Amino acid sequence: MKNLLVIEGLGVRFRLRDATVHAVSDLDLTVRPGELLAVVGESGCGKSVLAHALLGLLPANALVTGRALLHPARPAAPGPSTQRRTLPRWSSVLPRPAGDRAESRRGSSGWSSRLSRRLRDSAEHQPEGTGAGGGGVGSGGAVDLLACGEKVLARSVRGRRIGLIPQSPATALTVVRTGRRLLAETLTAHGRDPGLAAQVAIEAGLDPADLERYPFELSGGMAQRLATALALATDPPLLIADEPTSGLDRPLVDHTLDLLRRRCDAGAAVLLITHDLAAAERVADTVAVMYASRIVEHRPAADLFRSPAHPYTQALLNALPDRDFTPLPGHPPMLTALPPGCAFAARCPRVSETCATRPSGPVACHHPLVEVPA
Amino acid sequence: MSLVAESVSAGYRGRRVLNGVSLTVAAGETVGLRGPSGSGKSTLVRVLALLHTPDAGHVSLDGVRIEGVRHRVPVSVRTRIAVLFQSPRAASDPRLTLADLIAEPLRAVRRPREGIAARVAELADRVGLTADLLTRRPHAVSDGQLQRACLARALAHRPAYLLCDEATTMLDASTQALVASVITAEQRETGLGVLVVSHDPALLSRWADRVVTVAPPRRSDISAPQPT
Ligand code: SF4
Repeated sequence: MKNLLVIEGLGVRFRLRDATVHAVSDLDLTVRPGELLAVVGESGCGKSVLAHALLGLLPANALVTGRALLHPARPAAPGPSTQRRTLPRWSSVLPRPAGDRAESRRGSSGWSSRLSRRLRDSAEHQPEGTGAGGGGVGSGGAVDLLACGEKVLARSVRGRRIGLIPQSPATALTVVRTGRRLLAETLTAHGRDPGLAAQVAIEAGLDPADLERYPFELSGGMAQRLATALALATDPPLLIADEPTSGLDRPLVDHTLDLLRRRCDAGAAVLLITHDLAAAERVADTVAVMYASRIVEHRPAADLFRSPAHPYTQALLNALPDRDFTPLPGHPPMLTALPPGCAFAARCPRVSETCATRPSGPVACHHPLVEVPA
Repeated sequence: MSLVAESVSAGYRGRRVLNGVSLTVAAGETVGLRGPSGSGKSTLVRVLALLHTPDAGHVSLDGVRIEGVRHRVPVSVRTRIAVLFQSPRAASDPRLTLADLIAEPLRAVRRPREGIAARVAELADRVGLTADLLTRRPHAVSDGQLQRACLARALAHRPAYLLCDEATTMLDASTQALVASVITAEQRETGLGVLVVSHDPALLSRWADRVVTVAPPRRSDISAPQPT
C-alpha cells in the first residue's frame, strides 16, 4: 500500500550557547496505512524529538532540515472532490468560525504552549517538490510537515490528520475542564457526535464515571488514558504515541498497546515511540532502533527480535530481564560531540578500523550479525 | 534482621489506599511487590521509608518499632532505609551537579570532607558514572544517567534496606539491567534487603527471590462518590 508518511533526510539540531545538539541526523522513515512502526532507543537518543519535529512542537532554537510528507489517508482523490466530500460535513456540525474552532481544539487536546513559539529557519529548507508557493502543501493533498508552517499544522494537521498521545499527559491537559467536557469538545470540533465521549473513554480503558473529574484529580495512569481517549476521539489516520504506556501498570500497558494495534488493523498508521522493547515486540510490525540521533536498524519486528543485525540492537535485547539481563558497557556519546564514524564504536564488541567511517543502510553497521538485503 | 510493615493502613485526606497490609523484607533478600494501579504500592513504600505516617499499624526495623516519620526519626535509623523513585528528575535538585547530588546525604550528617569526596568517587565508579558526567547538572544528562546518580546517592550511607518504587520503569533495558546488577552486587557485599515494586512480570521473576501481590482496594475506597 501507498505510504502515508515519508520522512527524508530529517535532521534536528539545537543551538545552545556553546554547542550544537544533534538530536536527529539523516533520518529516513516511511509509514504505511495499517502499519505500526515502533521507534525504540534509550532516553536522549532523539526519538521524542522526532515526534515533536513532525508535529511542529519543537522549541524555538531548533533547526530542522529535510522533508516529512504526510499523504492523504485515502488513495489520492483529486483535490476538489476531496473538498466536496469533507466540507459539508464540517460546516453542518460546526457553526463556529474556523479561528474559534482551532482555538478550542488547541485548548482541549492540550498542545503545549510551546507550539506558537517556534520559529522556523527558512534558510534550512529545501521545499522543492512540495508544491510551489503552497506553504509546504504539495499535490494530491500531501503536506510537508516540516515546511507547511504553524498555521497549517494547527488548523489541519494536529488532531485532525495526526493524533498525539503525549508523554506527560498530566502537564498537557487543560485543568479547568472535566474529562467529559474535554472529550465532548474535541469530538464536536472534529465533526463527531459528542455523545460518543463515554464510548471513546471506555475504548481507552477509562471508566466513564471518571470523566466527571478534572485532570488534576486523576492519577498519572488515568490522565494517560484520558490523553489517549482525546487522541483517538478525532480518528486520525496517523497516531503518534510518545511513550504512551509510561505510568501505567501491566494490564493497562497491554490494553493501550492492543488499542494501538486495533487502530492499525482498522487502517490507521501508528508511530510508537518507546523505550520499552517488550511493548514494541508485542505490537509492532516494523521496528526502527535509534542510537545517538540515528536509526541504526530498521526491519520487520519479527526478524529484528529473532535475529538482530546491529550490535547495538543485540546488546539492547540482551539487557532484557527475560534474556541475559546484562547492561551495555559505557555510555552513549554526547549529542553535542558525535564521532565522525560509527557512534557505537566505543561500546561495540565487533569494532574494527573500518568503523571509523560512518556506516549506512537499513542496518548501519560494517560488521552486522546477519546480512540484511537493502 | 528485617524491615516490617505490620497491619498498616494508610491514606491521604481520608481516602484509604492501604487496608491492614503486612510485608516483611529480610536482610539479604529481594522481595518483589506488584499490584494494580491504585493498590497503594507507592504508599506502602512511603510508609516503609518513614515518609508517611500510617493511620493504623506500624513499621519496625530490625525488631524495633519506629515511631514518627522523617526528621523525628533519629538519623542513625533513617539512613538505614533508602529509596529509589521512578522519576529521577522529580527526585533531583536541578541546581546540583551529579557529584553534589550523590554527596548531599553524606554532607547532611557532617562527615569529614575528604571522606565524602572519596566515597562519592567510589559510588560513581560503582554505578558507572564517569568523571565528566559527575560535573554535569541534571538537564545535561539522560534519565538513565540521572537514575544512576540517584542510585549512588541512595547507597551513600550503606543502607540496610533499599526500596525501589518502579525505579526502572522509565529506563531503557540496558540501564535497568545495570541498576539491578549494581543493587545485587551491593546486596552480596552488605546483605542489603531489597524491595522491588514493579508491574513487569519478567523483571520480577528475574530479579526478586519472591513476589508479593497487594490486593486491589475496593472501588468505594479509591474513588470519589459517584452520582447515581
Ligand atoms: S560499524 Fe563497527 S563499531 Fe559500529 S556497530 Fe558495526 S561493528 Fe560496531
